[in-house]
Amino acid sequence: MLSVTDLQKTYPSGDEALKGVSLEVTGSETVAMIGPSGAGKSTFIRCVNRLTEPSGGSVELDGLELTGLSGKKLRNARRDIGMIFQEYNLIERLTVMENVLSGRLGYVSTWNAFRRNFDGDDIERAYEVLERVGLDGHENNRADELSGGQRQRVGIARAILQRPKILLVDEPTSSLDPESSRAVMDLLTEIAAEDDIPVLINIHEVDLAEEYADRIVGLRLGEKVFEGTPADLDETARGQIYRGEEIPEGAGPTGKVAAEAGDVGGVSSDEGEIRRS
Amino acid sequence: MTDYRTWERRTPRQRLLRYLAGLLTIVAAAVSWRLLRINYDYIGTAPTEFMDLINRMYPPNVGYTGQIVSPMIETIHIAILGTTLAVLLSIPVALLGAENTTPNRLSFLLGKFIISASRSVNVIIWALVFVIIFGSGALAGTLAIAVRSIGFCSKLIAESIEEIDPGQVEAVKATGANSIEAAIYGILPQVKPTLIGVSTYRWDINVRASTIIGFVGAGGIGVELNTSINFFAWQQVLTILLAILVIVVFSEVVSAYLRRKAR
Amino acid sequence: MATKQTDRRSWTRPTAFYNHYVKWAVYVIIAVFLLWSAWNMRISMARVMDGWDAAVGLVNGMFPPEYTTEFKNELLIEGLIESLAMSVIATIVGVIISIPVAFMAAENIAPKPVYWVGRGIITVSRSFHELIIAIIAVKAVGIGALAGVIALSYKTVGFFAKLLAEEIEDIDSGQMEATEATGANRTQTMLFGVLPQVMPRIVGLTIYRWDINIRHSTIVGIVGAGGIGATLLNSFDQYDYDFFLLIIIAIIAIVMVGELISTYIRGRIQ
Ligand SMILES: Nc1ncnc2c1ncn2[C@@H]1O[C@H](COP(=O)(O)OP(=O)(O)O)[C@@H](O)[C@H]1O
Ligand SMILES: [Mg+2]
Repeated sequence: MLSVTDLQKTYPSGDEALKGVSLEVTGSETVAMIGPSGAGKSTFIRCVNRLTEPSGGSVELDGLELTGLSGKKLRNARRDIGMIFQEYNLIERLTVMENVLSGRLGYVSTWNAFRRNFDGDDIERAYEVLERVGLDGHENNRADELSGGQRQRVGIARAILQRPKILLVDEPTSSLDPESSRAVMDLLTEIAAEDDIPVLINIHEVDLAEEYADRIVGLRLGEKVFEGTPADLDETARGQIYRGEEIPEGAGPTGKVAAEAGDVGGVSSDEGEIRRS
Repeated sequence: MTDYRTWERRTPRQRLLRYLAGLLTIVAAAVSWRLLRINYDYIGTAPTEFMDLINRMYPPNVGYTGQIVSPMIETIHIAILGTTLAVLLSIPVALLGAENTTPNRLSFLLGKFIISASRSVNVIIWALVFVIIFGSGALAGTLAIAVRSIGFCSKLIAESIEEIDPGQVEAVKATGANSIEAAIYGILPQVKPTLIGVSTYRWDINVRASTIIGFVGAGGIGVELNTSINFFAWQQVLTILLAILVIVVFSEVVSAYLRRKAR
Repeated sequence: MATKQTDRRSWTRPTAFYNHYVKWAVYVIIAVFLLWSAWNMRISMARVMDGWDAAVGLVNGMFPPEYTTEFKNELLIEGLIESLAMSVIATIVGVIISIPVAFMAAENIAPKPVYWVGRGIITVSRSFHELIIAIIAVKAVGIGALAGVIALSYKTVGFFAKLLAEEIEDIDSGQMEATEATGANRTQTMLFGVLPQVMPRIVGLTIYRWDINIRHSTIVGIVGAGGIGATLLNSFDQYDYDFFLLIIIAIIAIVMVGELISTYIRGRIQ
C-alpha cells in the first residue's frame, strides 16, 4: 500500500510543482492521475521513488517511510517500486534481455552485474515476462531496433522483473499511436490484477483514464482538485481540472460535483469535447 | 535613391576589418621572416640538397631489415601499452571532468586540471621527463605516451558523458541499482562508441609518436633512426622510413576497421 | 522440452565477433600481447624505487623555476620568438602549397590520376612525425630555423590539404556548374565556382593549423630545427632542471595563448 501525505515540492527554480498532495493507492487498483501538462504529475511519482527529492510531506510504502532513506536502504526501497517512463528510458544500445534483467540489478553484486551474470531463476522469469508482454524471440535484439510500442513493453517487462509492490507509470502512452496505447494500457491493468499490485498511472488522455482506471485523481497547478470514480468525472470536474473553473457549491476538492451544477457542465461541454479530441 | 551601379558585398565596417586582418597577416609574415634571418643561399640549394639525400637513400638497405624488426616491435608495444594505459586512466579522469558525473566542484576542477596539464605538454617533453626519472628505455616512452594521451582521451570521453541521455541512468537507478551499476548499465553503453573511437584514433596518433620518442632515448625505432642519421647511413634511414610507413598505414586500416565494427 | 526449460535458465549476450570462442580467443590474444609488452618494459621494483628517488630529485631540482639570470632569460625569449616566427612562416608556406594539393585530391574535381597523386602526397605527409621530417631537413639544409620551417610546412600540407579536399568534395556542385555554363575555363571555374565556397573554411583551417604549428615549433629544436626546443634540450643535457621547468612553463603559456587566440578568431569567423 502506498500512502502519500501532504507531499510538497518546490524546485530550486522557484516552481512550486506540488503544494501538499495526499493520496492512497492500495490493493490491486489502477489509479489514473490526470491533469494538464505542468500540473505536477511527473513530479509526484518521481517524488515517490525519490528520483526527485520532495521538499515536504511523507511517503509510506507498506508502512516504510521513504522520505528519510539514503544509501543502501533507499536502494532496497526502490527495488520494490517499478517505474515505467514516458520516453521508455531503455538502455538503447543494450539487448532487450539486458534491459529486462536490469530490473534485478538491486539484487546482484556489482561484479555479476558487470559480467551479466544473473540468477537462473531471474533469467527464466525474464523469458516468461517477455512472452507475457508479447516480445518472445526478441531477447537478442538491441533496444534501439524496436518500435515505440515494443520498447514500452520492454520497459514494462523490466519493471515487472523487479517483483515490485507497486508500479508507477509516467505517461506511458503519450509517445505511442492509439493502438499501441491501448495494448500498453491493457497490459498494465492485466498485470495489476494478476500480480495483485496497485498501479499509479499519470496520463494525459482522459478517455483512456476513464476506460482503464478504477479511480481517477485530478491534479491542477500542484493541487489535487478531483478524486473519484470514472463515472464521477463529469464536465464540471473536467472544467475544474483542465480550465481551473470555479468549484461550484457543494463540491469539495475530493468530493463529487453536486447535481445542481449541471448547467455549468452543459455550457462547457462543447469545449470539453474539443479538448478531448 | 539606391545607387544600383555600385554593388557592395559587405558593409564598410566588415571590409575595413578584412583589410586590417589582411594587413596584420602581411606584417606578421614580414616580421617573422626578418626574425628568422634565413640564409637565402640555403633556400636556393635546399632542393638540390634534398635530391642529393634521396639519391643517397636509394636503394633501401634490404639486408638491414632484420635488425629493425625488434625495435619496430618495441615501437608497437610502446604505442599499444601507452594507449591502453591512457584509456584505462582516462575513464576515472573523464568521470571527474564531466559536469554530470563529478562528485563536487573540487573534483571537477581536479579533472579539468589533469586534462589540461596532460594536453599542454608535448609527448617528446614528457619523454624527456620520464627519461630523467626511469632512465632511457621503452618504459619512459610508454609512460610519456600514456600521460600525454590521458588529457586527449579524457577530454573527449568527458564531453561524451556530458551528452548522454540522463533518462537511461535514472531508469537503472529506479530499479535499486547502486551508482557503479548505474554507470555500467546507464553510462557505459552510451559512451562506448566514443570510447572505441577515441582509443583507436589516439592509437593512430601514438603509433606515429612512438617512432620519435627514441630521439631522446625513450625507446622504439627512433633510437635506431637517430643513430642511422647521425652516421649518415642513408640507405638504412630509408629502410626505417619505409617500415614506419608500413606500420602507420597498417594501424590506420586496423583502427578504421574497429571504428566501423563498433556501432 | 526439458532441455528447453534448462536452456532458458541461462543467457549470454550475443557477441560482435563470430561466436563466443572467437571472442575469448580475441581477449586472450589481447591479454597475452599486453603482458608481453609489459614484460618488455623490464619493470622491476628496483627500477620503480630508483624512479621514485629520481622523481623527487627532479622535482627538487626544478623548484623554484629559474628566472633570475639575464643571460638565460634572453635565451628563453629568443627561442620563443624564433618558434613563433617559424610557426607563422610555416603556416603561410604550408597553406599556399596545400591549396593546389587539396584541389588535386578532391574526387569531384580532379581527374583520377591527379586525384591519386594528391592523395599520395597527403598520405606520405601525414605518415611521418614532424620530428622525423625535421631531423632529415636538418641534415639537408643545416641546423637552424629553415629546417624547422620546412618540416612544419611539410606537415601542414598533409593536414590542411586533407581537410580542405574533404570540404571541396562537399561543395554545392550547382554553383560550379553555373560558372562552367557561362563558358568559364577550368581555372576560372575553380576560382569563381569553388574557391568562394571554401574560403571561410580555408581561413578557419589556417588559424587552426597555426595553433598546431605553434605547438610543434616549440619542439622541433630538439633535433636542431630551430626554436626554443634546442634550449630545452640543452638545459636537460646539463641537468639544469630549474631552467628546464621554466622553459616548459613558458612553452605551456605560449601554447595556451595561441589556442585562446585561435579559438577566439575561429569563433568570430563562423
Ligand atoms: N527539473 C525541474 N526544475 C524546475 N522546475 C521543474 C522541473 N521539473 C518540473 N518543473 C516544473 O514543475 C511543474 C510540474 O512539472 P511536471 O511534474 O513535469 O508536470 P506534469 O508531469 O504534470 O506535466 C512545472 O511547472 C514544471 O515547469
Ligand atoms: Mg509529465
